[in-house]
Amino acid sequence: MEVARKANPIIDSPIQVRKASKLKKILSNYQLYLFLLPALVYFIVFHYVPMYGILIAFKDFVATKGIMGSPWVGFKHFERFFDSYQFWILIKNTLGLSVIQLIVGFPLPIFLALMMNQIRSDKYKRFVQTVVYAPHFISVVVLAGMIYVFFSNNGLINNLILIFGGDPISFMAKPDWFKPLYIASGVWQETGWAAIIYLAALAGVSPELHEAAVMDGANKWQRIFHVDIPAIMPTAVILLILNVGNIMNIGFEKAYLLQTPMNQPAAEIIPTYVYKMGLQQAQYSFAAAVGLFNSVINLVLLVLVNKFAKKLSGTGLW
Amino acid sequence: MSILALKNKRMTRKSKEDKVFDIINFFLVAIILLLVVYPLYFIIIASISDPNMIYEGKVWLLPKELTLEGYQRIFGDSKIWLGYKNSIIYTVVGTIVNVSFTLMAAYALSRKDLYGRNVIMFLFLMTMFFSGGLIPTYLVVKNLGLLNTMWALILPKAVAVWNVIVAKTFFESSIPGELLEAARIDGCSDAKFFWKIVLPLSKPIVAVMVLFYAVGHWNSYFDALIYLNNENLYPLQLILRNILIQNQASTMMISDLDSLAAKQRVSELIKYGVIIVASIPLLIVYPFVQKYFVKGVMIGGIKG
Repeated sequence: MEVARKANPIIDSPIQVRKASKLKKILSNYQLYLFLLPALVYFIVFHYVPMYGILIAFKDFVATKGIMGSPWVGFKHFERFFDSYQFWILIKNTLGLSVIQLIVGFPLPIFLALMMNQIRSDKYKRFVQTVVYAPHFISVVVLAGMIYVFFSNNGLINNLILIFGGDPISFMAKPDWFKPLYIASGVWQETGWAAIIYLAALAGVSPELHEAAVMDGANKWQRIFHVDIPAIMPTAVILLILNVGNIMNIGFEKAYLLQTPMNQPAAEIIPTYVYKMGLQQAQYSFAAAVGLFNSVINLVLLVLVNKFAKKLSGTGLW
Repeated sequence: MSILALKNKRMTRKSKEDKVFDIINFFLVAIILLLVVYPLYFIIIASISDPNMIYEGKVWLLPKELTLEGYQRIFGDSKIWLGYKNSIIYTVVGTIVNVSFTLMAAYALSRKDLYGRNVIMFLFLMTMFFSGGLIPTYLVVKNLGLLNTMWALILPKAVAVWNVIVAKTFFESSIPGELLEAARIDGCSDAKFFWKIVLPLSKPIVAVMVLFYAVGHWNSYFDALIYLNNENLYPLQLILRNILIQNQASTMMISDLDSLAAKQRVSELIKYGVIIVASIPLLIVYPFVQKYFVKGVMIGGIKG
C-alpha cells in the first residue's frame, strides 16, 4: 500500500488514495474482523445496551411500554434515595467496609511477597506458594459456608473461646462482627494470590543490585528497604489506583451471603440494596438510579486517584 | 534469581543479623502457612468426625469417632447430583464459549495491521470502568428471553476484558511478525494462520484461559440466583448456598431423624461434607495447574 501511494502521486489525489488503501486494508483483513465479531456483539449487547438502559433511572419504567415509552421523571428516584433514612447508613456501611478492607488488605500482600522472596530453600518456597494461593480458588459460597460453620454458636471459634475461659459470642447475629468477619475472610482468601504480582516484580530485580548492596555491607533488612521495596513501588501504585477506583464495587456476593436478619444494620451495602429493591421488589427504576449513583462515584474516584497518582509518582492507568 | 541464589550460597560469611533474619522469616512464614491450612484441614477432619464430638469441641487435630454418615446422606441426595451435573454442563459449555470468543478477539486485536484496533480496544476497556449496572443488565437478559435457560449464565459473561488483555499481550510478545509474513507468502489466510500456527504456539495461554474461565463458572452462584428460578437448573453452588447458609435443602437429607438436636448436629456434619464435595474437583486439579494460573497473573501484570 505504501508502494501504491508513492507510485501514483499525480494521478490520484492523496485523500482518494488514503480512502482506497483504508478500504483495502479492511478488506484484506476481513477474517480478523470476523474473529472480533462475537466479542464485539457481546460487549455491545451486554455492556453498551445496559448503559443505554440506565435511562430508566430517569423514568418510571413500565415493562410493557419499554425504555423509550416510559415517562420521564427527572431526578425523582435519586431524590427519593437521597431523602430515604437508609441513604447515610448505606453510604457509611459501603464506604466503611471498603475503606477498611483497602487499608488492611492492601499492604498485606506486599509484606507476604517480601517475606516469601526471602525464603532460602526453593522447595519450601514452592510449597508455601502452592498453599497460600489455594484459598483464592474456593468459591464465595463455600467461603461464606466456612464462616458460618466456624463462627456458629457451637463452632470452632466459640469452642476456642471456651477453652480460654471466655464467653461464647453469636458472631453472625451481631452487626459489630460483620465487618471484621468480612475483612478477615477476605484477607485469608486473597492475600496469597495478590502477592503473586509483587513476587513477579521482585523476581525482575537485577541480581547485580543485590550484589552491589552486599558489597557495600548492606544486610538483608537494608536490602529489602533499599532494593526490594523501590522495585515493587510502581506495581503497588497501579494496584492502589485500581483498588481505590473500585472502592464502591465492594464484593457484593459475599456481603449478601453473610447477611443475616440480625446483622442487617451493618451488612446492608449499596449493591445488596440495589439487588433487593430491583430484583426482589421489582422497583427497576429506583434500583437503577441507586446503581447509577454508585457507578458514577466510582468513576469519579478512579479518575481523581489516577490524576493524583500521576502527579505524585508519574505512574498512572492512562 | 537462580544466579543470585547460587551466589548467596557461595557467600559463606553471612552476617549474624542475616541469620537471625532468616530464622525469624522462616517461622513467620510457617505461622502464615498454619493460618491458611488449618481451616481447610479442620473442614476435612470435621466432615468425617462424629457430629457430637465437633459439637462438644473435641475435634482439633485428628478426626474423632470416624463416621461417613455425612457423606452417605450427601450422596444419597438427588439434588446434589443434579447440581453437579448442571455445574459440569455450564462449566464446559461456558468455558468453550469464553475461550473461543476471547482468543479470537485477542488475536485480532494483537495484529498491528488491523484498522481500528485502538477504537475497539477502547470500547472493550471502557466496560471495565463503567457499567450499566445490575438492573439494566438484568432487563437485557430478560428481554432476550434468556431467563431460566443455561444461556443466562453463559452469554452475559461471555468475555472478560482482563482475559482479552492477557491473551493479547501474550500473542503480541510470542508470535513473531516474520511468521505471519512467511505464511502470507505461502498464501495462508488469517483464519488458517490462527488455527494452524498461532494456537499450537499458544498452548500455555489457552490453558490459562480455560482454567480462569472454568473456575469462574464452577464457583459462581450469583447469576444463577438472579436468572434462574427453576430448581432443576440450579448449579451446585446455589444448592450449596441453600444447604450452608439457609439450612434449607438439608431438611430433605435428615428427614428420618427424630430429635431436633440430632437433626441440627447431622446438618452441621452435612455442611462440612458438602464443602469438601463441592471443592473436590478443584482440589484435585489445583496442584497440577497452579503454575498456569500464576502465569496468567504475571502476563496480565506485566501489561497492567
